[in-house]
Amino acid sequence: MKIAFRLNGKQIHIDAAPDRRVVDVLREDLGMTGTKESCAAGDCGACTILVDGESRLSCLMLAVQLEDRDITTIEGIAEGEQLHPVQNAFVEHGAVQCGFCTPGMVLASVDLLNRNSAPSRDQIREGLSGNLCRCTGYQMIVDAVEAAAEELRDRQES
Amino acid sequence: MRQVSLPRTLGELWAVLQRQPHSAVYAGGTDLFVKIRDGQLNPESLVCLERLTELQGVQDNGDELFIGAATTHSKLIVAESVREHLRVLVKAASVLGSPPIRHMGTIGGNIVTASPAGDTLPALYVLSAEVEIRHCEGSKRIPINEFIIGPGTVDLAKGEILAGVWLRKHQGWNLSHYEKIGRRKAQACAIASMAAVLELTETGKVKRARLAWGSVGPTVITSEGVENALIGEQLSLEVLKNAGTMLDKAISPIYDIRAGADYRRMVSKAMLLRLNDYACGTTY
Repeated sequence: MKIAFRLNGKQIHIDAAPDRRVVDVLREDLGMTGTKESCAAGDCGACTILVDGESRLSCLMLAVQLEDRDITTIEGIAEGEQLHPVQNAFVEHGAVQCGFCTPGMVLASVDLLNRNSAPSRDQIREGLSGNLCRCTGYQMIVDAVEAAAEELRDRQES
Repeated sequence: MRQVSLPRTLGELWAVLQRQPHSAVYAGGTDLFVKIRDGQLNPESLVCLERLTELQGVQDNGDELFIGAATTHSKLIVAESVREHLRVLVKAASVLGSPPIRHMGTIGGNIVTASPAGDTLPALYVLSAEVEIRHCEGSKRIPINEFIIGPGTVDLAKGEILAGVWLRKHQGWNLSHYEKIGRRKAQACAIASMAAVLELTETGKVKRARLAWGSVGPTVITSEGVENALIGEQLSLEVLKNAGTMLDKAISPIYDIRAGADYRRMVSKAMLLRLNDYACGTTY
């Protein structure tokens, strides 16, 4: 079926089976492999995307549900060559090791910071509790989100 | 390939359900797609309720609130009227799953899935929720404990949908508590859970009490024995321990992948003791 939606700021039209999982549409049909798949059951957060700005799991969504939505994947948050402040903070704080959880972790952080511009460390842990990382032990990820929050607040003030 | 429909009005929904009576109906899909993937379910076709505005949001109808079945948990926990009148439900929905699961999963889905571990269910039981069932020709309201008849089983016929849940606004509870025990704070299904609402007098005596436990029986468990043991008493560890002895007869926990039956029995009583924190002035 024909499905129209916005992907990373651009209106697109695709032809997909209505019951195709969104993660497969993104990775296989559109070649956007930044979105990862790990558990396929909603436990790990690797496949997190933003749907109308809200973090959702692309392994538990079907193609038909994309209709009219505004979808952001990890490929869509940098501005040209300029990384998003959350991405920069992940790099600077060593919050990336194998990198597999990183796209989901970054998008979950963006969602969190949109709701709460000054989260405590506990609130950051809670906000990222749907995303698993088996490398970093989470400390550096929490450090990165804390730093990104500060950077984003500074930008807003200036 | 499965047909998937995305109706935008109830009129469209009834037409689809008439054409495809064997469709599985879903909203968030956070349970359904896991079951399909595991091979537990294999529906011919699917109907997604996420675009039905008629089933979304919280309506204030005077003495009652109506929460549409397709309202996500994250929308529910920020709704002002729910925060003001139904605190125990906010506490329960706030610890359900994880942020993305709360953005997708809905209160109607949690009810219809009817898992003994469903987080909103003990809260809905203590608040005496009634569910609204709709079909193409009308609607009816039934108490939630009559709607949920067993693990994964609800009283819903073909062509009917759960439209939402009705809750009285001014219930007079001044203590609202929800706790779940799981392997971790987020994502884990409850090994045991407890919702409690109490009305305490100015001197701290229990005037009325409603309590409900999840994951320790085929459906949510309530116990008049426990409630009666609290009425007229000042909350204390001794009173709560004594009330807990009434729980043994009410619950029938099982041994499963998450925990043993004895452990569930033990923590069900231990969770009751947590109410003593409120007597000591700790607030949540």
